[in-house]
Amino acid sequence: MCLAVPGKIESITGERELRSGVVNFGGVQKEINLAFVPEAKIADFVMVHVGFAISVVDEAEATTVLGYLQQMGELGELEELK
Amino acid sequence: MKFVDEYRDREKAEQYARAIRTEATRPWSIMEVCGGQTHTIVKYAIDEILRDKITLLHGPGCPVCVTPLELIDKACEIATRPDVIFCSYGDMLRVPGSHTDLFTVKARGGDVRIVYSPMNALELAKANPTKQVVFFAVGFETTAPANAMAVFQAKQQGISNFSVLVSHVLVPPAIEAVLSAPDNRTQAFLAAGHVCTVMGYEEYRPLSEKYRVPIVVTGFEPLDILQGVLMCVRQLENGRAEVENQYARSVREFGNVPAQDLIGQVFRVIPRKWRGVGEIPQSGFGLAAEFAEYDAELRFGVADLTVEEDRECIAGEVLRGVKKPQECPAFGGRCTPDHPLGATMVSNEGACAAYYQYRRHEAKAAVGSER
Repeated sequence: MCLAVPGKIESITGERELRSGVVNFGGVQKEINLAFVPEAKIADFVMVHVGFAISVVDEAEATTVLGYLQQMGELGELEELK
Repeated sequence: MKFVDEYRDREKAEQYARAIRTEATRPWSIMEVCGGQTHTIVKYAIDEILRDKITLLHGPGCPVCVTPLELIDKACEIATRPDVIFCSYGDMLRVPGSHTDLFTVKARGGDVRIVYSPMNALELAKANPTKQVVFFAVGFETTAPANAMAVFQAKQQGISNFSVLVSHVLVPPAIEAVLSAPDNRTQAFLAAGHVCTVMGYEEYRPLSEKYRVPIVVTGFEPLDILQGVLMCVRQLENGRAEVENQYARSVREFGNVPAQDLIGQVFRVIPRKWRGVGEIPQSGFGLAAEFAEYDAELRFGVADLTVEEDRECIAGEVLRGVKKPQECPAFGGRCTPDHPLGATMVSNEGACAAYYQYRRHEAKAAVGSER
């Protein structure tokens, strides 16, 4: 129910509550309402839920999950524990 | 798909699991609130991987599951009317009411349609001016902006044959209901990433402080959940109880302000009855007075209908993390996704349905042993 899928904005039209755009989800294009992400620009990734973009994906933050353990310098310690 | 696939990396998942097992010096019970997270946890067997150290409890965060019986009955009553096109998300169609469900209404000739977005229902209203188009507005805070926008645009554009049957529920009061229960087993929470994308996470700080529980806003992919669990474990091990944000790629501290502004215009906070839990004060949205003309309950005169819940199903205890699905005597026998007794077996985000799909061949005896 609270599923949201990331997609890339390809075009933007309209203003205020009618602001919308074409968003590409891994090759599938859909018309998505962009009223709640006034800061979103073409080529930004947005999280989309039931036809509405609810956030702009922060690409810098997106990689922190992948490097979190290395950052904490713990993988070395963990390898020793094996 | 970018921003999805990289969070399913097996090697990194194993590294996270090792870190969790290394850092947890004793068993901890952590609840994921959101049904989407429950589905990921059971599908990828994250609970099994961590079983020796972490018990993952499944919370009340499946809006399909907690929609009370009378709302399903109201939906069925409205959908049987000949002048109505009743629109809903697909997962509501099989939820059993007290005597029927929307699928049966559809099979008997009711015009029930599955839509992707409330805006599809609004379009149907424009295209069918002689029909009453009703949208079943179910969901947590994540779905509220979309539903608010449909109602707002109906008013802006003067579309009078559109209305919404509202069953919106809110996460923080549900967390409080879990924490304040005498049989609470939850020591930390994974908060729902998309709810917080809309609402931010300020309102979780008072809960974290009052009940001394770590709350970590968490995403939906396996690595997100594993990182969220690790962050909870670190807090628990260090005796901290704070709100942290694992899902910063989507969640900002104050959430989505334009979405909150529209929610504030169209909805007001009201008490809501939760299936299997009972009434929770200030735990849902209803339409604000200036949008009351779009309230399907008032339009179709069904506001006063109330129904007692079935006693056989233990969905209430499952939704509060007190019991696991296999502890129900009906699980997998009298109650299956094809013949659900309760809502937790209907929605694929319900804990019972997830266990049925991925775990039904396990011996029931295994459940009690993890206590």
